[in-house]
Order: sequence, then structure tokens, then C-alpha cells
Amino acid sequence: MSAPLVIFFVLAALAVIGAISLILQKHPIHSALSLIVVMVALAGLYLLIGAEFVAAVQIIVYGGAIMVLFVLVIMLLNAGEEERTNFSKLAKFGGLPLALALTGLLAATMTKHGASVANPETAGTLAPTGQISTLLFTTFVYPFELTSFLILVAIMGALVLAQREKS
Amino acid sequence: MVPTQYYLILSAILFGLGVVAFVFRRNIITIFMSIELMLNAVNLSFVAFSQAMPATKGHNLDGQIFVLFVIVVAAAEAAVGLGIIILTARNRQSLNVERVDLLKL
Amino acid sequence: MPGGVDKFVYLLAPFLALTLSLASLAVIPFGPKPLPFPFFGGHQIDLWITNPDIGLLILFAVTALGVYGIALAGWASNSKYPLLGGLRSSAQMVSYELALTMSVVGVVLMANTFNLSRIIDAQSGRTLWGILPAWNIISFHGGFPQLVGFFCFFTAAIAETNRVPFDLPEAESELVAGFHTEYSSFKFAMFFIAEYTSMITVSALCAILFFGGWNSPFPASDFWKFTHYLPSVILIPFGLWVIYDGIKYETIWGRLVLPVIGSVITLIGAVLLAFPAINEFVQAPFWLLAKIFFFLFFYVWTRGTLPRFRYDQLMNIGWKLLLPVSIANVIVTAGFVLWRAGK
Repeated sequence: MSAPLVIFFVLAALAVIGAISLILQKHPIHSALSLIVVMVALAGLYLLIGAEFVAAVQIIVYGGAIMVLFVLVIMLLNAGEEERTNFSKLAKFGGLPLALALTGLLAATMTKHGASVANPETAGTLAPTGQISTLLFTTFVYPFELTSFLILVAIMGALVLAQREKS
Repeated sequence: MVPTQYYLILSAILFGLGVVAFVFRRNIITIFMSIELMLNAVNLSFVAFSQAMPATKGHNLDGQIFVLFVIVVAAAEAAVGLGIIILTARNRQSLNVERVDLLKL
Repeated sequence: MPGGVDKFVYLLAPFLALTLSLASLAVIPFGPKPLPFPFFGGHQIDLWITNPDIGLLILFAVTALGVYGIALAGWASNSKYPLLGGLRSSAQMVSYELALTMSVVGVVLMANTFNLSRIIDAQSGRTLWGILPAWNIISFHGGFPQLVGFFCFFTAAIAETNRVPFDLPEAESELVAGFHTEYSSFKFAMFFIAEYTSMITVSALCAILFFGGWNSPFPASDFWKFTHYLPSVILIPFGLWVIYDGIKYETIWGRLVLPVIGSVITLIGAVLLAFPAINEFVQAPFWLLAKIFFFLFFYVWTRGTLPRFRYDQLMNIGWKLLLPVSIANVIVTAGFVLWRAGK
């Protein structure tokens, strides 16, 4: 039971508990806080893999911007607790096992050929940030410029949506 | 070292939990958050694969760069989606997704 | 606890603010050399808790998460004034975060790394024919003097920490007391410890990124060796003054404790005079702490001097002034770095 394995199980348990809490909480703000816990746990897992820049970007963008947007919208709309749901029998006894079956199928497919994705020579090393930035501006420059255009379009869309109606 | 399969199984579990949350919750905002959970699960498997691949053209960072693009797209989608949600909630005075069942108000 | 609050979120908010502020101090390096004697097991103890290659990004991550403390506090208090104060304050913090991170990109371009101690090492040396130290704010060493970057960073940092003149969300005369109206005693203290710790972290960042960190402003040649006695020259008179002031203090407690503190300070100054090895070791942390102290003085000085901004003026400055200016700073610095690299 090496130290990375212990850290992996702790962070994985944290992520799964956060995801289950997202499903089971009644108030949307508690669901949002559970999702933040999941994101921070995932950032820890990225650090364990060695992708330190992705971990930092995950916390800054996902945890510090997107989830802040969610929390502010929940505060603005004054979202209350959800009403009592009455699921049909089909949903409870057919839907949940099907979702679990989907998960099991995905997990089984991924691990069936698990031995062939062995860890190569870069296992255990940190990914150099300078190399990521070089790649972003040389090989991946078209997607990079397109995503900046996408953000501009999203900003304009959000501005148009936020305008008051001219009545 | 942690075998890559462990990361992939965790990613599958998180994706499945995201699907369950998407199907079983009534609040629009919680459904939107479950979409973000699914995107995060997929990001995890991207990064796990990027570590497990052998280095082609001198690097194996393709997965991590793809994750950066997924995060950017998720941010843009969250911004516009939440704007739409605010407008819909103001017009119908409810955040229950079952009330949004008519094309016209 | 006020009625109708969401208990978990109400208790989580100050805890989150305090934890994140204190955690950001973990990546700040206070000196280049480890402590000069090995401890148990032969480990050497560096003057930092951790020194990752993405140290600067971790500081920004913690700043980004700090918005939650205020937003959740405003919402959980179940009352109008805290909610309004929390919403305004979190919108302000998110807006100035952009200018904060953009104004630092020029420094990262010059130092080519996010590692804080390597950024400081890139600022050692002299510029301008040996007259001025090669700090990022004044040197052309492989880049452009970051004056504009420093002003953008410091202004955005004052807005991030919700201090005057950007403290509309928590001002007493405006919104009762803003987002922390419903908090009392220790939870209120946690918010304020968090605010002051953020001030210290931001001052440390200013010193590290723009003013050379632990590098002394004097050259390292033999002629200037007398400046190495500066810590003792400051500490010994200060300690004697504390003793003199403490002897005549009003309360009995002050008359007992203050002379002890004063004599400890004088003793430290005397030890630094007597042992040159310890004196050399203390030089680097002394200069960093002196610069941090100067920036904290500047913070409190602006608090007493400037009036506060109105909320729309505040948002205008953040989006229409600081963000374009810091982006322009990045472009100019990048141009200079490319030009010098091509020469």
C-alpha cells in the first residue's frame, strides 16, 4: 500500500462522496458545494498524475469562476429546496439499475484492456508547463484561437440575454 | 504508482453518478451541475490516458491540452446556459424542470 | 446564530475564508538558503513550506476560491443587507481577479517560470551600469520595467482584499456592515484575520514579483558590506525604546511585559552583531520582511487617506481601465522579450 495509492483512494472517496451528495441534497446550494468538493478532489488527482498546470487551471477556472457563477445564480434566483418528488415505480426500479449497468459497462470496457495501457517512462514526473504552452501556440494554435473566439461569442450571448426587455 | 485502470474506473463511476443526477433531479440548476460533473469525469479519463500513452513527437501531453479546451468550452456553455436559465425562471417563476413543458408560456 | 439561517453554510463561510487565506502563505519563500544546521534525520529545513513549480498559480487558485467565503456568508445570513453586500463583493472580487492575474503575466514572461524563488533569483544582480538593483520594476534585464504592471497589480490587490478605497461592500456607513453583519465574536474575527492575512500575502507577492524579494537594494561588493549591519541598527534602538516606554506604562501588566519584549528584541539585535554567520543568514529574510512591512504601511496609509469609490465607478475601473492596461502591459513586455531574445 504505497503512499500514492493511499492518496488516490482518499481523493477518489472524496470525489465519489461529493457526487453522491450532489444527488441526494435537497437544496441546490448544498449540491453546488458538493460539486466544488468533487472539483477540488479531481484537482488533487490531476496533481497525483503529474499534470500540475491542469490541476491549477481546474481550480482557478472551474472551482473559482464557473462554480462561483452557479452559486451567484442560485443566490439571485433565490432557489429553494426541491419539492417532494414522487417517482414512478418504473423510474425507481428500472432506471437506477440501468444507470448502474451503464456505469458497469463503461468500467468493464475500460479495464478489459487495462494491461495494454502500461505506464511508460514519463510516469511519476511532472508535466512541464513550458512544453504545454509551446504546444498550445504551435501545434494547437487553431483550436486555441477558435476557443478564444468561442468565449467572445459566449460573452456577447450572455450580454444579450441579460438585457432588460424594451417594453 | 497508481495503475491507470483505477483512474478510468473512478471516471466511469463519476460519469454514472452524473447521469443519475441528471435523470432524477427536478431543479434546472442541479441538472446543469450534473452536466458539469459528467464533463469533469471525462476530463479525468483524458488526463489519465495522457499519462499512460507513450511519448509521440517528444511529448504525451495531448490529453492535458484537450482538457484545457474542454474546461474553456464548459465555461462558455455555463455562462450562456445560466443566462437562459435566469430568463426562463423569471418568466415562469419556477425552477422546476417539469413546468418547462410548453413551447409558449 | 440568527434565525432562519442555513446552519452548515453559515458556519462554513468564515472557516473557508480563514483556511484559504492561511493556506496561501504556504507557497511564499522567505529565504534562499535552508537553516544552517540539520535537524532530526538529517533533513534540512528550508525557509518555505513548499516551493512548487506552479507556486504563483497556486496563489491565484486560492484567491479565486476566496470569493466563496464572502458569497456564502452573504447568502447564509438570511437578511437583505448581507445578501446585497455579499453579491456586490463577490462580483467585485471576480472582476478584479482578471486584472490581478493579467498584470503578473509580464513578470512571468521575464522570469520564464511560475516558481516564486526562481522569479526572485532572476531579479538578483544590478542594472543601469550597477547603480540600481535588477528588480522587475526598474530593470530591462530580458524584459521591460514593470511599472505599469506593478500599479495594476497593487490596485487590483487592494480591490481583491476589499480594502479602502474599494471597500463599499463592507463599509460601515453604507450597508450596515455588508456581508458580515450577522456574524459576531469569533466568526467575525475569522473574517478579519482572513482579510489581514490576505493583505500580508499580497504585500509579500508585490515584494517578490516586482521588488526583488529577498535581494538587498545595495550591491554585493565589499564596499557595501556595512549595510549588512542594518538589521541590528534597526533592532537595537527599537528594543531600547520599547524598554524605555514600557517602564513608564500605565497598567502593571504593560510594565511587566513590555520591558521583557524590549530586552528580547535588543538581545536579538546584539546576537546578530556578535555572530556574523547568523547575520549573513538573516539578511535575506530581513529584506523580504522589510519590503512586506513597507507595503503594509502603504495599505494602511491609503486606508486613512482615500475616500471610497462608488460601486459603478469601481466596476468601471476594474473592467474598462485595469484590464485593458494590463493586457497592453503583457503585449509590450512580450514584444521586448522577443526583441531581446532575437538580438
